Amino acid sequence: MGFLESLSEAAGLIAGFDRDLAEIIVLSLTVNLTAVACACLIGLPLGGAVALYRFPGRQFVTIAIDAFMGLPPVVVGLVVFILLSRSGPLGVLGLLFTPTAMIIAQTILVTPIVAALTRQIIADLWLEYGEHLRSLKAGTMQSVMTLLWDARFSLITVALAGFGRASAEVGAVMIVGGNIDHATRLMTTSIALETSKGNLALALGLGIVLLSITMSINALAYFMRARAGHMAAFA
Amino acid sequence: MRSPAPILPLAFSRVTYIVGGERLFGEASFEIGPRQRTVILGPNGAGKSLLLRLAHGLIAPSNGQVLWRGGGDADTTQAMVFQRPVLLRRSVLANIEHALKLKGIGRIDRRSRARGALAMAGLTEMAERPARVLSGGEQQRLALARAWALEPQILFLDEPTASLDPSAIRSVETMIDGFHAAGVKIVMTTHDMGQAARVGDEIIFLHRGQLVEQTPADVFFKTPQSKEAKAFIAGDLLW
Repeated sequence: MGFLESLSEAAGLIAGFDRDLAEIIVLSLTVNLTAVACACLIGLPLGGAVALYRFPGRQFVTIAIDAFMGLPPVVVGLVVFILLSRSGPLGVLGLLFTPTAMIIAQTILVTPIVAALTRQIIADLWLEYGEHLRSLKAGTMQSVMTLLWDARFSLITVALAGFGRASAEVGAVMIVGGNIDHATRLMTTSIALETSKGNLALALGLGIVLLSITMSINALAYFMRARAGHMAAFA
Repeated sequence: MRSPAPILPLAFSRVTYIVGGERLFGEASFEIGPRQRTVILGPNGAGKSLLLRLAHGLIAPSNGQVLWRGGGDADTTQAMVFQRPVLLRRSVLANIEHALKLKGIGRIDRRSRARGALAMAGLTEMAERPARVLSGGEQQRLALARAWALEPQILFLDEPTASLDPSAIRSVETMIDGFHAAGVKIVMTTHDMGQAARVGDEIIFLHRGQLVEQTPADVFFKTPQSKEAKAFIAGDLLW
């Protein structure tokens, strides 16, 4: 079985608009994008705040956030699994093996990436804006908001980096989602499953679909940014 | 039009600024009064920018005090324009509105004040353009318009024309005249003697972080009191 065969299998999957495949794609995008949105909601203000606020332990927080960019997905999955399992502290919520559990795990994975990159971008922009904002007697919170807005085009790239992390990982969602058919099966977990079953062609086909989706989303973001940033000067 | 409680005069009392054990400014004690345009003159590295930043509160003195003796609210009645204007990645109009928003001005007032300031700077037609595609001279005029919208009692200008061409320099100086005519105290640094003579009523001459003399402009250029000022006016390098 060769690569071409897989390609044609992938093409067949897409052309035939396989219902199961569509379901997997929709669930994958829902989980990944929701996790990235949650991570941005937490990570953008967090990164901005760490960049500008002066507080004891700030260096430690910075190092921790940077280090957490490399959190192993399986470890995050395991910790979330323990927290959400029946006997765990959050077991009563009954979230284990649901899409929500996968969103929680991926949010934990993506937030440090968003926060760390945001912190660096905002700190750099502060070097340029600092005197002006201090001249205007802007409060730290006002300064963070100003800088986040003015860095918006760079921050799109940050969100994309977060999406890359979410859409590519398999370890965490496999553990907390359980890869249950029609419930918690994502692109990556399907690929892992099909590979282990020996369906290499199908696995590769799914891989190609996943790659195309990632490419499309990045292309979309690129053109959005190019259009908005016609205002070249804004970038 | 200007806020009623005056903040001037501004007094430096035994002010020094020290970084890493090296004294970069002072010790200096002097007073800057209202109305007259004060020009801080001196060669590069004389401490002109430090003096402005100390006065505006961007940096704190290592010793001594910077005092506003007028009794008014000094926090909300100052503005500063930098050598390289800091323009936000937004439209020309939004740049001014942002500054007004930070001052707590309501949305409707913001728009009309920003429009008025743009008119004063001759930038009305550029209101919707991204600020950072303006030419150097237009950018500095926008920075001045933004300061105008804030309705300050005192305007600090740090070498505002250092990187501009002659016609842009002229339009910036015209705007500075506009501030002066409206009763705004001007405190400006420059190393350009021609500009100091055009803009200044009073000269503060700095050399190596020391205030060498503070004299009326006509006196300064005709009969400088210090040998450093004499050498500077004669074009002899002071270093």
